[in-house]
Amino acid sequence: MKASAFDYARPRDLRDALKILSENKNAKAAAGTQSLGPMLNLRVVQPSVLVDLRFIEELAGCSENKDSVTLGACVTHAQIEDGKVPDPTRGFMREVASNIAYRAVRNRGTVGGSLAHADPAADWPSALTLLGAVAIVAGPHGRREAPVEKFVTGLFQTDLTDKELLVAIRIPKRPAGARFGYWKFCRKAGEFAQAIGAALRDPERKEWRAVIGATGSSPFLFSQTESLLKNPDDNACLAAVDAARFTKDAYNRQLHAVALRRAIERLAA
Amino acid sequence: MKRIALTVNGKRVQAEVEPRTHLADFLRESQGLTGTNLGCEHGVCGACTLEIDGAPSRSCIAFAAACDGAAVRTIEGFDDDPVMEQLRAAFTAEHALQCGYCTPGMLITARDIVLRLPDADEARVRKELSGNLCRCTGYMGIVRAIQLVLTARR
Repeated sequence: MKASAFDYARPRDLRDALKILSENKNAKAAAGTQSLGPMLNLRVVQPSVLVDLRFIEELAGCSENKDSVTLGACVTHAQIEDGKVPDPTRGFMREVASNIAYRAVRNRGTVGGSLAHADPAADWPSALTLLGAVAIVAGPHGRREAPVEKFVTGLFQTDLTDKELLVAIRIPKRPAGARFGYWKFCRKAGEFAQAIGAALRDPERKEWRAVIGATGSSPFLFSQTESLLKNPDDNACLAAVDAARFTKDAYNRQLHAVALRRAIERLAA
Repeated sequence: MKRIALTVNGKRVQAEVEPRTHLADFLRESQGLTGTNLGCEHGVCGACTLEIDGAPSRSCIAFAAACDGAAVRTIEGFDDDPVMEQLRAAFTAEHALQCGYCTPGMLITARDIVLRLPDADEARVRKELSGNLCRCTGYMGIVRAIQLVLTARR
C-alpha cells in the first residue's frame, strides 16, 4: 500500500505547470489527491512526476458574471458545500457537494480533479453534465472550451491530452423558476454511487434535461426530454435506461431507472 | 528527496522526504507521532484522519511533500483542547471504544462535527461519521458520546 517512486513538482503558475507536463513523459496533474492518492498507493497509477496544481492562484479562485459562475479547477467540494463560492444553482451544487464521500475527503478533493479524473461513479461528471457546464482547458497552444458532456468521454477518460490541464469550469446561472433533482444509490453513505439519476427543468430557457450516471462510462445526457420529466413512470425510466445502452442486467436496469425516477420526482419538491 | 518545512502540533519541523511518502508515514516513522493510525491506506477507513490547516483530512492520501508549508495537527496536539477534553470524557462514559484503533480518527471527526454542526441530530451524526470505520463497537457508544457533547454545549 505504498506508492511507487515519483517526483513532486509545485508550479506557481500555469505556464510552469504546462511546461512540466510537456517535458516529462508520464507526468500526472494532481490537486487534492483524494481519488489519485488511493490509486497511487495501490500502484494502479505510477507517474514520473506529480504536478501539484493547488498553488496556482488562478486555479484556486472563482469568478462570476450575470450569466455564469466560473469555478477554478482547485475549488474544493467543502468550499462549494459551505457556500464559500457562488452557487449558480441556488443550492443544488451545495447539496451535491455535501454528499460527496466524507468531510475529510471534501476538505481536500476538488471539483476540477473529480471532473478530470472522470470516475463514472463520481458526482461531478453527472451533475455538471446536467447543468450544461463548460470545461475550460489550457494547453501549449492556448485555451479551448468543451461542454462537459463532450469533455468526459468514457471510463476515467476525458478529451484532455497529456499536455493539457483543466483550469476551470463555467456553470450557467439558472433562473428562479429552474428546478433540480438528484438521486444516487450508494451501498453505504459516502461510497461511490452504483446508480445516479439527475434532472433539470428550466422552463424560462426551455430546457428539460436528464442524466443517467454511474453507467461505467460517461454520463448519458437527455438534452430535451420534456415528456420524460412530465411523466417519469417506471416504463419511461426503463426505456431511458435502455436508450443509454450501458446495461442489460436486470438489477442494474432497475436501479438506474429508479434513481432517474426519484431524481425527476424531486423536481416537484 | 524533497526538503519540506511545516508545522506539526505547533512546532516548526524541517525534513527531507521522498515525494511518495504519505503524511501518516512521515509523522509515524520520522516524527514519532504514532497516535495517527493507519488502516486501509486508501482513504476509506478514516483511522488516519487528522487536521491539515484546520480541516480534517486523510493523512494516508495526502503526501508529506504536498504538506510543505501546511499546519498539521495530530491527535497528540489536542491534549489541552477543551472540546477534545469533553469528547474524551464522553467516549469513556459511553464506552465508545473497545480496541481503540479507530479512536484517534473518530475523535478528530467527532470534534469537527461538534464545532461545525452544533445542531446535528443523531441521523446527521451518523452520516458525518460514515467516513470513519469502527469494527468493534457498532457505533452506538460513539454516536451517544458525540451527542452527549453536542447537548452539553447547547
